[in-house]
Amino acid sequence: GQQANSLHTRAAGSVSGLHIFHKEGDHEDLAPQLVPLDYTTCPDVKVPYELIGSMPELKDNPFRQRIAQVFSEDGDGHMTLDNFLDMFSVMSEMAPRDLKAYYAFKIYDFNNDDYICAWDLEQTVTKLTRGELSAEEVSLVCEKVLDEADGDHDGRLSLEDFQNMILRAPDFLSTFHIRI
Amino acid sequence: VEWSGECLRSCRREVQIKVEEKEDETEESSSEEEEEVEDKLPRRESLRPKRKRTRDVINEDDPEPEPEDEETRKAREKERRRRLKRGAEAKKFVSENEGALGKGKGKRWFAFKMMMAKKWAKFLRDFENFKAACVPWENKIKAIESQFGSSVASYFLFLRWMYGVNMVLFILTFSLIMLPEYLWGLPYGSLPRKTVPRAEEASAANFGVLYDFNGLAQYSVLFYGYYDNKRTIGWMNFRLPLSYFLVGIMCIGYSFLVVLKAMTKNIGDDGGGDDNTFNFSWKVFTSWDYLIGNPETADNKFNSITMNFKEAITEEKAAQVEENVHLIRFLRFLANFFVFLTLGGSGYLIFWAVKRSQEFAQQDPDTLGWWEKNEMNMVMSLLGMFCPTLFDLFAELEDYHPLIALKWLLGRIFALLLGNLYVFILALMDEINNKIEEEKLVKANITLWEANMIKAYNASFSENSTGPPFFVHPADVPRGPCWETMVGQEFVRLTVSDVLTTYVTILIGDFLRACFVRFCNYCWCWDLEYGYPSYTEFDISGNVLALIFNQGMIWMGSFFAPSLPGINILRLHTSMYFQCWAVMCCNVPEARVFKASRSNNFYLGMLLLILFLSTMPVLYMIVSLPPSFDCGPFSGKNRMFEVIGETLEHDFPSWMAKILRQLSNPGLVIAVILVMVLAIYYLNATAKGQKAANLDLKKKMKMLQLLVASNKYPESPEKVHFALLFKSNAICERPENKH
Repeated sequence: GQQANSLHTRAAGSVSGLHIFHKEGDHEDLAPQLVPLDYTTCPDVKVPYELIGSMPELKDNPFRQRIAQVFSEDGDGHMTLDNFLDMFSVMSEMAPRDLKAYYAFKIYDFNNDDYICAWDLEQTVTKLTRGELSAEEVSLVCEKVLDEADGDHDGRLSLEDFQNMILRAPDFLSTFHIRI
Repeated sequence: VEWSGECLRSCRREVQIKVEEKEDETEESSSEEEEEVEDKLPRRESLRPKRKRTRDVINEDDPEPEPEDEETRKAREKERRRRLKRGAEAKKFVSENEGALGKGKGKRWFAFKMMMAKKWAKFLRDFENFKAACVPWENKIKAIESQFGSSVASYFLFLRWMYGVNMVLFILTFSLIMLPEYLWGLPYGSLPRKTVPRAEEASAANFGVLYDFNGLAQYSVLFYGYYDNKRTIGWMNFRLPLSYFLVGIMCIGYSFLVVLKAMTKNIGDDGGGDDNTFNFSWKVFTSWDYLIGNPETADNKFNSITMNFKEAITEEKAAQVEENVHLIRFLRFLANFFVFLTLGGSGYLIFWAVKRSQEFAQQDPDTLGWWEKNEMNMVMSLLGMFCPTLFDLFAELEDYHPLIALKWLLGRIFALLLGNLYVFILALMDEINNKIEEEKLVKANITLWEANMIKAYNASFSENSTGPPFFVHPADVPRGPCWETMVGQEFVRLTVSDVLTTYVTILIGDFLRACFVRFCNYCWCWDLEYGYPSYTEFDISGNVLALIFNQGMIWMGSFFAPSLPGINILRLHTSMYFQCWAVMCCNVPEARVFKASRSNNFYLGMLLLILFLSTMPVLYMIVSLPPSFDCGPFSGKNRMFEVIGETLEHDFPSWMAKILRQLSNPGLVIAVILVMVLAIYYLNATAKGQKAANLDLKKKMKMLQLLVASNKYPESPEKVHFALLFKSNAICERPENKH
């Protein structure tokens, strides 16, 4: 919790002012009747998930629902302006690696139990291949992943295992990135 | 502010108390002194109320004072000192923050400081916004990224980065070489080197001649030969030859710096070579490209991911089948043999074309057709276009894994282009040597010609002793062959023809083909879109290599043609728009999506190599070839770098020249080189040592994890095993790791 907070403030500092400015404009465009132009009175406005999921940056992403759930306040996919900005600041080019790894872990943890278990892996692989792999192939892939990345051999990936594995990946930064 | 006000108020109260305490102490100490003095002087009626020092008054009723041992006395001293210190700190705090408290003389200054700090923060944020808005083509690149994925977009990012580098080179050459000569140099027509020769005057402004960069274009600030060798020009005494030389060196230095900086920035992303440890994990967690925003591309991506998984699964499942190793080795040898043949053939073709172009140069230009005039450039461009397809064909024999095959292809295309470039340079050197020989003849001829002219002139005025002074129009003066301008012209022509070839290729190869496939599909026997020819895919590696080699030519030619960076800027600008349009309009995303991540450093590495290889010929020419005697800013000197020596003599005080001469003492230079070699060796050893230490730590971390894991299962036999392993390791002996 504390670590996430500090990582969070670091990320917020690393996003340039222009990005935030641009994204505020986008947020209004999504739902002009919902989002007021003036935020100084801190109104409590939430953009529903359906609108977020149909944004051009996210509509083709198989993990868009998980992304919206992870960054929304109550985990239901409806986001306030703060959540919206958080999402784009984490997914931007300038966010630090460990912050991205932390949020990637949360996105791939479908059942929100702070561990990526075999069921989470199966969900991920199925979403990635749109169900084209047979059940046997999916389970083989999940086994291999646990074999490779599970450092403490408890049958599921903890945050440390995941970070240890993902921070060495050469493509992680370039693929886990949404350009604004 | 209210909250801080409260805090400050309570602080102040404390301060008051402390200040009073402090005053007490000072009073006490002062009264102590006074009492001593009192013994000596007559007592004066003091108005201060006498206060008994309870410490010293001994009363019978009081308990016996405890004997003061060292410890309590020291404790009391310490307490007193602490209180003094706190009092001083509080006083300082109050005086500093008087303004914040809203009272005292610091108020206005404090308010002013706060306002300036806020304005400064706002200014910084606005400046950051401005800088981010200044980055060009962001939307275009985003559109391409969302449709084609990150690997195609990496080409455009690379193009944009090159544009930035070239912009800096352009600003340097334009503002420090071309502009001063244009503003303060002698105008066109005033010197022989600045005038079109009489023979060519008639055709000097023809488009054909200008397109070849002859005629008026040759005798302008665009090329080396126009510049005068006067030491200073204009009212500012701008030292043009020195500036020309220094800007040339600075361009090379800046390019090295910027490429190295980009490379070192990317090194950190590598993360150490654990290539196969996390194969499946990386496939699962990093294969989806979050930049994709287009349903067609998303489809392709899904398919390629599925394919990827299936391949990895079959590789995992299948046992190692004993393939016919010998057949494969033979086929690969054969393929390499063919590749060598192709490379040799292309090298010979270029050499032959350059030789022919020299022959053509000696013939009358009107008898030559367009092909003969542009033969060499066409040959080079065509080779660059067709040989890669040949390499692709040969690679079918080799049967490598696609990623490895791609690396081989890139390496071969690189070798091809490099070979072509170097053959071109060799042919050029040949021509330069010819021109230098020719120059000697021309020099001898000129002295003869001048003598004849003066004799004839004097003869015609033998009756009239007063006549107009001897004057020859600059256009009539016989010229030496200016080899530097020739070199500059060759590179400019090569760049221009390269640009045209690229654009024509895109138009015909991509656009017309796409039109054909799209419109003739209705009336064709087979499905053009899915079968042959279908739409072209964007060839990332080919385009990146072309970009890199063009940049190499710019680096080589810009010393002899200061306009070359400017021409390149125009070219990159139009390329950006043209290629963005072509990609979005005529290309389809690659069916097989490759990861572009590692290749970024690969391309930068090639760029660095090309930079190094391009500056070598230039430096060789500067150091060892004599400049032409009648053109350019170094004419009349023995070598181009003598301009530095001349500047040291004339413009710097004599003691500085003496010192610098001492510094170029060979003994000192050798010592410096030795020190640098030692430094490189030491840094290399340190880096290796650190890498080894890194690997060691990783191993220990893994073992530690296993030990922790085995602790969960106390009956496990592994626990004892790992514990023993661990204990035997030095890491346990360190005091900080004992727990």
